[in-house]
Amino acid sequence: MAQVIYDHVTKRFDGVIAVNDLTLEVKDGEFLVLVGPSGCGKTTALRCLAGLEEVTSGDIIIGDRVVTHIPPKDRDIAMVFQNYALYPHMTVYENMAFGLKLRKMPKQEIDRRVKEVAEMLGIQDLLNRKPRQLSGGQRQRVALGRAIVREPQVFLMDEPLSNLDAKLRVQTRGELIKLQRRLGVTTIYVTHDQVEAMTMGHRIAVMNQGVLQQLDTPENLYDHPANLFVATFIGSPAMNIFPARVVAGDGTVRLVAGDVTLEAPAEQRGRLAEYANREVLVGIRPEDLIVQPGQVSEDRQLRLPVEIVEPLGSETLVHLRGPAGALIAKADPHLHFSPGELASVRVKIEHMHAFDPQTELALF
Amino acid sequence: MVGSNRLSSRLFLLYLPLAFFTVFLLFPFYWMLIISLKPNSLLLNMKINPLYLTQFTLEHYRYLLTNTDFPRWALNTAVVTFGATFLSLTSSILMGYALGRFRFRGGNLAGTAIFLAYLIPPTLLFIPLSQVVARFGLYNSYWALILTYPTFLIPFASWLLMGYFRTIPRELEECAMIDGASRFQAMWRIILPLALPGVLSAGIFSFTLSWNEFLYALVFMGSGEMKTIPVGTVSDLIRADVFQWGPLMAAAMLGSVPVAIAYMFFVDQYVSGLTAGAVKG
Repeated sequence: MAQVIYDHVTKRFDGVIAVNDLTLEVKDGEFLVLVGPSGCGKTTALRCLAGLEEVTSGDIIIGDRVVTHIPPKDRDIAMVFQNYALYPHMTVYENMAFGLKLRKMPKQEIDRRVKEVAEMLGIQDLLNRKPRQLSGGQRQRVALGRAIVREPQVFLMDEPLSNLDAKLRVQTRGELIKLQRRLGVTTIYVTHDQVEAMTMGHRIAVMNQGVLQQLDTPENLYDHPANLFVATFIGSPAMNIFPARVVAGDGTVRLVAGDVTLEAPAEQRGRLAEYANREVLVGIRPEDLIVQPGQVSEDRQLRLPVEIVEPLGSETLVHLRGPAGALIAKADPHLHFSPGELASVRVKIEHMHAFDPQTELALF
Repeated sequence: MVGSNRLSSRLFLLYLPLAFFTVFLLFPFYWMLIISLKPNSLLLNMKINPLYLTQFTLEHYRYLLTNTDFPRWALNTAVVTFGATFLSLTSSILMGYALGRFRFRGGNLAGTAIFLAYLIPPTLLFIPLSQVVARFGLYNSYWALILTYPTFLIPFASWLLMGYFRTIPRELEECAMIDGASRFQAMWRIILPLALPGVLSAGIFSFTLSWNEFLYALVFMGSGEMKTIPVGTVSDLIRADVFQWGPLMAAAMLGSVPVAIAYMFFVDQYVSGLTAGAVKG
């Protein structure tokens, strides 16, 4: 077990910067998820750590060892690939024993470890099979077992669940979390799936265009996104974003977007006052729009027309015609909305976000 | 396919054409076989049907093995063939792997250049090559052929292997290297076993071409007892306009046996090697 440090790591491919000045510290035993859209550099960052890509500049440290120029075989890591990369000409047993054999471990010790891990993963009956005789889920377990049996300092996982069907993915996700907590091995997990990121990681690193956007716990990432990208990337449906003009006066600060006026939260008035008579980007999560059909006589209600209704069973997504494009609200599934009608909307002001339109950094 | 299973349509579309081609392709071998087994008295007798045997004799084989240098030719051919095949295969595996796997400046250019080298006819190449062979003092030694055959074997074999290596997922050897293998170990223990059909294809290709090669063998190693089977057969069994048909055909038969055996053993792998990567799965 060990900590992992990226120290100003940059990776360039023929002029394209895949990872840009990445500095990141993964604690001993931590489950860190690297998440971002495809092409954001998360896989490249992982491959740099594995030693499969040479970094252009910067250093990578595993434990207390600088491994920047050490070949993959000497880094004491194990990796689970998206397509599992099982050796097709070897049995499950041989697949799992391969790394141990290369390290010249005694036969009995190899046998003991392979069988122990196989039992832990419930694949002890598959040890004599070849990979092509296994189902997708079984292959995934073997790939995982091959990594675990090595007892490495760090696990690297590159979208290991994305080839499984939806039901199996949810189940395996849970097992993987339990397994990691039990083994306590530092794990770096790459995914583009924000649900996986939110549910699995102790902390999440969000990347975009090679740049680390934010590194924080799932809760903080969701409640306090550092910038517009993180705010819209994490959460489904995405946070509603629209421009609004800041109007200050009479001891209040209001945000005006078209014919919608919102009163800014009291504790943010100071921050917003700097933007008086300028535009900011307002962000509101779908669950922070309390929406009801028809008119409700209550304070601070907006009335917006319903455009589309998406009943999902556990909740209903209501698309409202907002000041700039659609606003999506999560509503109680028992309420009935009809497209074309007006709905009453209350904004949970205290959970509102605002972003600078130029820098896209969060104001609050 | 629907409707293609009726006996008559199978007969006309499948079995008849197949039978035609089989007869067409096997007839020369049949001809070789019956001539090599016919007594001399019947060979040039125009009155009997030449297509089947009425009497047979092993006299031509006995003559070939005792009165000519055929055993020595066979040894020469074997040494040259195994030497050239081993050398070509080793180089082609390394080159094919490098071209198929590594990204480096000029890599694609090198790949194309190697393929172009294959397109130069050996009948042109032997003129400059004969100079090279002479300068190195290799005339009439095994090395003359072991070192010149790869000039046409390596380009094709490495091209074939390059394509084959590319069909093997990169992650497999990356995973092996993380598991503790060096690049060479990963290639040896993971990639080569998976590329076996391709390696066998390249090997059979090299073996066949070397075994049957005539021109270079004639020019570089064609005198005294250093002849190969194709050269020896033609030069020693044809005296001016006298064709010793019996021994000639016996030599042709014996000469094709090793190639036939090589194909027989590896035909399944050979076929899958040539079609690898055509479809997923």
